[in-house]
Amino acid sequence: MDDVLVRTLADIVKVGAPIVLAAIGETLTERGGVVNLALDGSLVLSALAAFVVGTSTSSVIVGTLAGISVGSLIALIVAACSIELRLSQVAVGFVLTLLCRDLALFLGIPYRNAQVFPTTFLPIPVLKDIPVIGAIFFNQDLFTYLSFIAVAVAWWWLFRTKAGLTLRAVGERPQAAFARGVNVNRIRYLYTALGGSLVGLGGAAYTLGVLPTWSDTGIAGNGWIALAIVIFGGWHPLRVAFGVYLVAGLRTIVTSIQAQVPPQVVELLNALPWLLMLLTLFLVSGPYLDRLMKVLPPRLHPPIRTLLRARPPSALGTVFEQEGRS
Amino acid sequence: MHVELRDITKTFGNLRANDALSLSFAEGRIYALLGENGAGKSTLMKILSGYQPPDSGHILIDGQVVTFETPADALRCGIGMLHQDPLDVPNLTVLDNFMLGRHEGLLPKRKAAREALEAHAARLGFHLDPFRYVDSLTIGERQQLEIVRLLSLGARLLILDEPTTGISAEQKHTLFSSLKRLAAQEGMTIILVSHKLEDVAALCEEVYVLRGGKLVGHRLMPTPIDELVTLMFGQSLPRPSRGAHSLGEEILCVESVSLTARRLTVRDLSLSVRSGEVIGLAGLDGSGQSDFLRACAGLQPINSGQILINGVSIRGKSYAELLRMGVAYAPSGRLEEGLIDGLTLAEHFALARDSGIWIKWREAVALAARQIAHYNIRGAPHSPVQTLSGGNQQRTLIALLPDNLRLLLLEDPTRGLDVESTAWVWQQLLARRDAGAAILFTSPDLDEIVTYSDRVLVFCEGRATLVTDLDNLTRNPAERLGELIGGRSL
Repeated sequence: MDDVLVRTLADIVKVGAPIVLAAIGETLTERGGVVNLALDGSLVLSALAAFVVGTSTSSVIVGTLAGISVGSLIALIVAACSIELRLSQVAVGFVLTLLCRDLALFLGIPYRNAQVFPTTFLPIPVLKDIPVIGAIFFNQDLFTYLSFIAVAVAWWWLFRTKAGLTLRAVGERPQAAFARGVNVNRIRYLYTALGGSLVGLGGAAYTLGVLPTWSDTGIAGNGWIALAIVIFGGWHPLRVAFGVYLVAGLRTIVTSIQAQVPPQVVELLNALPWLLMLLTLFLVSGPYLDRLMKVLPPRLHPPIRTLLRARPPSALGTVFEQEGRS
Repeated sequence: MHVELRDITKTFGNLRANDALSLSFAEGRIYALLGENGAGKSTLMKILSGYQPPDSGHILIDGQVVTFETPADALRCGIGMLHQDPLDVPNLTVLDNFMLGRHEGLLPKRKAAREALEAHAARLGFHLDPFRYVDSLTIGERQQLEIVRLLSLGARLLILDEPTTGISAEQKHTLFSSLKRLAAQEGMTIILVSHKLEDVAALCEEVYVLRGGKLVGHRLMPTPIDELVTLMFGQSLPRPSRGAHSLGEEILCVESVSLTARRLTVRDLSLSVRSGEVIGLAGLDGSGQSDFLRACAGLQPINSGQILINGVSIRGKSYAELLRMGVAYAPSGRLEEGLIDGLTLAEHFALARDSGIWIKWREAVALAARQIAHYNIRGAPHSPVQTLSGGNQQRTLIALLPDNLRLLLLEDPTRGLDVESTAWVWQQLLARRDAGAAILFTSPDLDEIVTYSDRVLVFCEGRATLVTDLDNLTRNPAERLGELIGGRSL
């Protein structure tokens, strides 16, 4: 494979890392029935926090922790407003996302393009020498590796562990989970905070890895893309990751060819991922899936249904109340 | 395991759902908890299974007082509940549902769980495919899964809430024979919560009867069904004599209609209603009577047959068109469906009566004031409707009905009203009837149905039986209807 292609693919994986982290975080949160619509603003604010702390301490780790704290704090506000105050998750999330973004833009004025954070590549010995694969996946920075780990662990956790099963039940039918001895609201706090920390980690990945500086543009908007990809991905970590790389890939291609083609083509190509997502949603939610299921043996139904699902967790955005108690 | 409930009391607002109830359940016996809707059965069973704490009273297991914070606590003590709508997660597989709530570490042992599932199912004579999704199962199969799950978690007392609603006769047979085996061979205690007398007669050894939150009877089976019906519905007053009124032309004609209710299909329903007639629709909750009302209002599709109003088929007609034909529908959820939370009385009248683009506020307020005086509503034109009491909301709903009505379709028109408001509502409705309207209404209160109906349509298990000779019944008419509702044929 030629060098340009390998480098492009490596670049796609790197550019996609922050969105992968944010989208996986949101996937976990929404699987528990909470929608963290503050994702976009949260991403921008945690990116700023990570940059400021990271540059002043000259430590990637400390900066990243700052980003994670901001992300989980904002997510906890959404969870608390929903669980304790019974406010609409959508309303709170929406307002918070705008507030956080504007707050970040205001607080970030002194840091605008001030400096570039020195990124360190961490090639993984042995693995990096695998032809093609090694160059694409194993010659990256810390955040890119973390994004791979997040996808794999999220998938394993959701579908292979007892805790993941409990999480899915909480998002689907909290009353049934409660009847089985699950503390529904504690689970929701836990995974909203966890999802928020992944969003914060995604923010840190921008200012300490991908960009790697603070700028007004380049971060805001990606949170909305992550939210859309969670839906396209059917709340399945692998499909979500695929969606992110699809979008990141098309963007990279557009960036590299935009000098040679008319602007109309550039804009059309930019819109292509969304059209593909709509088409996919149409295919998996139409009657085609049912027809496919009829042909396949029952043993294969669970994995296929999980992978091709189009329906959100049934209890998404709702408040869980135990009847008869106040 | 011997379970005892001692002086259990639970109130919701002014309603005493359970009033100092004391019941005792011995090991290896099958009990029935009988009572009509609102008798307090569900509340009591929710208390016993840990969903709600009682206001006062105790639960004793083998003489020890226990308190449950959650249903999981109750299950740890051996008390499991099967809900009418099985409390499972439809979007997970049978195996996932079975594993959820089992006590194991982080990594579930799928193979062991699957073997346990199959072993327990086989013991009960159930067949469950572990890889099927629960939402593709029938209600009967979902019940079987829940029973298997509860037993595998060590339930020694099993509460079944209306388990035979929506399952096939064959599934009912399987269920009953495995329940009998569990009680006889394994010493399980079974409590069947039901208002179906046939099920009680077929399965149970002892019966507790609740009425109005109080324990009114404890009988050993077999007990004559008549006696149980009397206990359930009470000795009601004889039917008051009715002033003669003349019937006019046919208004509603229903020809062999089939329609799908929540869980069952009502088939072959035919009815002819004439001007000046009141038809009561009786039946257990969700037997199709509310769906039939909605179908007559054009709000719910019918599978086959036809509905004619004033000789015109209502197929394809919207509710707005029917309203212009003189049909009105009043749902039981006053604030949910009938009135608009947040709008004032004047706004309601403007919405209901004003046509055109601009609201004539002066006229709307004047109309509201007139109707408030006429219908004796306690409120002002500018009172938001949700601030009115239930009785005044119902008055508002009736005041909003257009004047020249031909057909009134009312879902539980006196729900939650006190005696005075109920009498007032019926006075208004009967005035409409005397003016030539036909009335169809549902009510969970059999006395109300017997008192005001000329004829009664009883909905039970997909059939609708017309009772025409209310006046000529030698026995207590409410008791006769109670039997029909409970599934005993004529």
